[in-house]
Amino acid sequence: MAIALKRWNRQALGAALLVAPLAIFVAVTFVAPLAAMLVRSVYQPAVAEALPETLAALAEWDGDSLPDEETFRIAGAEFVALDERRALGSVATRVNRLQSGMRSTLLGTARSLAAETPAASWREAMIAADADWGAIESWLAIRRAGEVITPRYYLNALDLDRGGAGEIVVQPEDRRIYVSLLLRTLLISIAITGICLLLAYPLAWLLAHARPRRAGLLLLLVLVPFWTSLLVRTTSWIVLLQNQGVINDLLVTLGIVAEQQRLALIYNMTGTIVAMVHVLLPFMILPLYSIMRTIPERHMQAAASLGASHWQALRRVYWPQSLPGVAAGSLLVFILSIGYYITPALVGGRTGQLISSMIAYHMEQSLNWGLAAALGGILLLLVGTLFFIYDRLVGIDRMRLGG
Amino acid sequence: MWKSSRLGWRGNSSTSDRWSGVDGGAAARSGMNQKKTTSAHIEFIDIAKTYDGGTMVLPGVNLAIGSGEFMTLLGPSGSGKTTCLMILAGFEMPTSGEIRVNGESVHKLPPRKRDMGMVFQNYALFPHMTVGRNLSFPLEVRGMAPGERARRVGRALEIVRLEGYGDRRPGQLSGGQQQRVAIARALVFEPGVVLMDEPLGALDRRLREELQLEIRSIQRELGVTMVYVTHDQQEAMTLSDRIAVFNEGRIQQAAAPETLYEEPATEFVARFVGDNNLLRGTVRAVDGELCSVAVGDGLVEAFMVEPLAVGDSTVLAIRPERVALSPSIEYSNSVAAGVEDMVFQGDHWRIRVSVFGESDFFVKIPNFIGQGGILPGDRVRIGWTTIDCRALPASG
Ligand SMILES: Nc1ncnc2c1ncn2[C@@H]1O[C@H](COP(=O)(O)OP(=O)(O)O)[C@@H](O)[C@H]1O
Ligand SMILES: [Mg+2]
Repeated sequence: MAIALKRWNRQALGAALLVAPLAIFVAVTFVAPLAAMLVRSVYQPAVAEALPETLAALAEWDGDSLPDEETFRIAGAEFVALDERRALGSVATRVNRLQSGMRSTLLGTARSLAAETPAASWREAMIAADADWGAIESWLAIRRAGEVITPRYYLNALDLDRGGAGEIVVQPEDRRIYVSLLLRTLLISIAITGICLLLAYPLAWLLAHARPRRAGLLLLLVLVPFWTSLLVRTTSWIVLLQNQGVINDLLVTLGIVAEQQRLALIYNMTGTIVAMVHVLLPFMILPLYSIMRTIPERHMQAAASLGASHWQALRRVYWPQSLPGVAAGSLLVFILSIGYYITPALVGGRTGQLISSMIAYHMEQSLNWGLAAALGGILLLLVGTLFFIYDRLVGIDRMRLGG
Repeated sequence: MWKSSRLGWRGNSSTSDRWSGVDGGAAARSGMNQKKTTSAHIEFIDIAKTYDGGTMVLPGVNLAIGSGEFMTLLGPSGSGKTTCLMILAGFEMPTSGEIRVNGESVHKLPPRKRDMGMVFQNYALFPHMTVGRNLSFPLEVRGMAPGERARRVGRALEIVRLEGYGDRRPGQLSGGQQQRVAIARALVFEPGVVLMDEPLGALDRRLREELQLEIRSIQRELGVTMVYVTHDQQEAMTLSDRIAVFNEGRIQQAAAPETLYEEPATEFVARFVGDNNLLRGTVRAVDGELCSVAVGDGLVEAFMVEPLAVGDSTVLAIRPERVALSPSIEYSNSVAAGVEDMVFQGDHWRIRVSVFGESDFFVKIPNFIGQGGILPGDRVRIGWTTIDCRALPASG
């Protein structure tokens, strides 16, 4: 018993050593950044670290009337000190996200306070420097910007915000963008998944049941795009679909479409869908093919000999047996498409953008990493939920991706 | 469409009750017995088939199968049996010729309209359906009412002795049980013809023999026309009313098992069906149906299957069990032989002797007197009657 245990331990150790390089690689390049990003979506200590005294004073404040003279003095002094260390700018940007206009208010006030330290009332001096300081909302914004753990980014990502008393309110109409974008992303992904399934099913059937030689050739045709660079494939769609592109030229030449009415096939949702279906099609075909290969052709003959029409045999005998492949392919294509970035960015124009473009925007342009992280977190949650539902309905162990 | 006239498969409940304690399967079968008239007769007329346009897999098959007959297509692998069956079922089109069922050509009918139940070698049960759903599938696609469906499925399961297995999945059954389900599924919609392509090939010997007897009694009691494919001549003998022996796409002989055994028409049949000693020789004299044949250094009297002329080369077929050793009475053929080898086979001894200069002539002697005091190296006399020695035209 003890010996067996020891032996087992040694085997387990050996196995662990074998997978260690991969495990470390995955941990460093995938798990750690993902975790850091998720932490960032709720944990934002920058403002709290920059304005410790102001936030301590504001913690006592009731929030109904303007803060007292002491709080004004502490805040003003801290703004000036920060500005001298050139650290006020990033704080001002963060406060500005909660209350627009606050960036210039903060920077301007700090400068005038630095130029002339108030002799008597800091409160009056600051309100004189910028009238915003006479508004309660400005102080509420600073207090909220100082929260270390905050649901703010998730609320923003869902077009929500918090009112003055901390209650959750819907953003004003002109600032609601993420929910509709998320819905659009889901709808486009569903459409792409559906189109991929429709196109892939018959093709996978052919692959699985054609004579070996022909099937091999077909499989090669399916895989060639797989081996071609994604950028090449996407740009070739631009060549085909653009206003002066091959398809429009053909339609005009054939007289189907008038010269002035060339179809808008790219830089819109159509372009995104067409190009993404093409890019993602192999991910549908391959799981379907690997499942269909295991379905004996005899079954269709058996169904026919039992009196079933082609349609009945397909629906009642073939389709149910191909379901694990359908589920695997659909899940794969759907998950890939809700997070897809390059193709929509290149051919999506304004109306064909997905949620990923917003994440990229907040990562690269507005530098609002918290919001980017929250949007990413929501996507992750969505995918996780899908997996859960799939596991309940089909069972993850029945999913076959290959072989 | 489900034909209401064929709903006759209803068990007489009192009969069922009386018998169910003894043999549920037999009782159910006698219930099904009332529909004998629906079984079909089949004709293959000059059926030729080539897959690639070049080699003729079937050069031209003619065969008539009677209503309610158990016909077995027997032949070595690659001899075209499956192709024949597939053409009959409608899964392959003949290159020329025609199939008639009950006198009418079925050329234009797709498989699903041919009213033929089919049992495949690897069962082809639908793994995602329970046994019950597998059986009710052919009834569902015919639009039969649920109550009637359940009754028929129950009866079919009874016939193959699988009562209570309706809720299992095929994957949970043994090979023999799966084959029973496949048989029940081919019967449940009461087709006029049942086709089976090596249905027992994947099973071990004991199970195979058990199922052979069962298939035989089910077919006899239902009176359905059966076309059965096998390469196993024992199986063919056990099951069939008639056997069509195939070689290279040609039917060598179609006859009852006894006829095939006793009166093989060609060298191939003599070789393929049962054990045979084959001796090559030349006809020296002809007398009515009898002839004298020179074999090696001897002369043998034989019975001619078809007329031969003096000088023709021929093959003599003599069953090992028809050869007597040290014959006490005088046979028409009696020659000296040397015992080469003796093998004990349980119920008989298989003795290899050399005769006419050949050393692979076999004699079977039943094991009720031991080996008869014979030892390898002995000189003995062997003999057989003229009627047991058949002169066949030499092939090739
Ligand atoms: N679908 C097919 N395509 C091409 N050749 C075939 C096909 N099916 C059978 N054959 C050929 O036809 C011949 C007879 O085959 P088959 O009918 O399966 O014989 P059996 O069932 O007696 O073993 C074989 O030589 C086989 O290679
Ligand atoms: Mg075969």
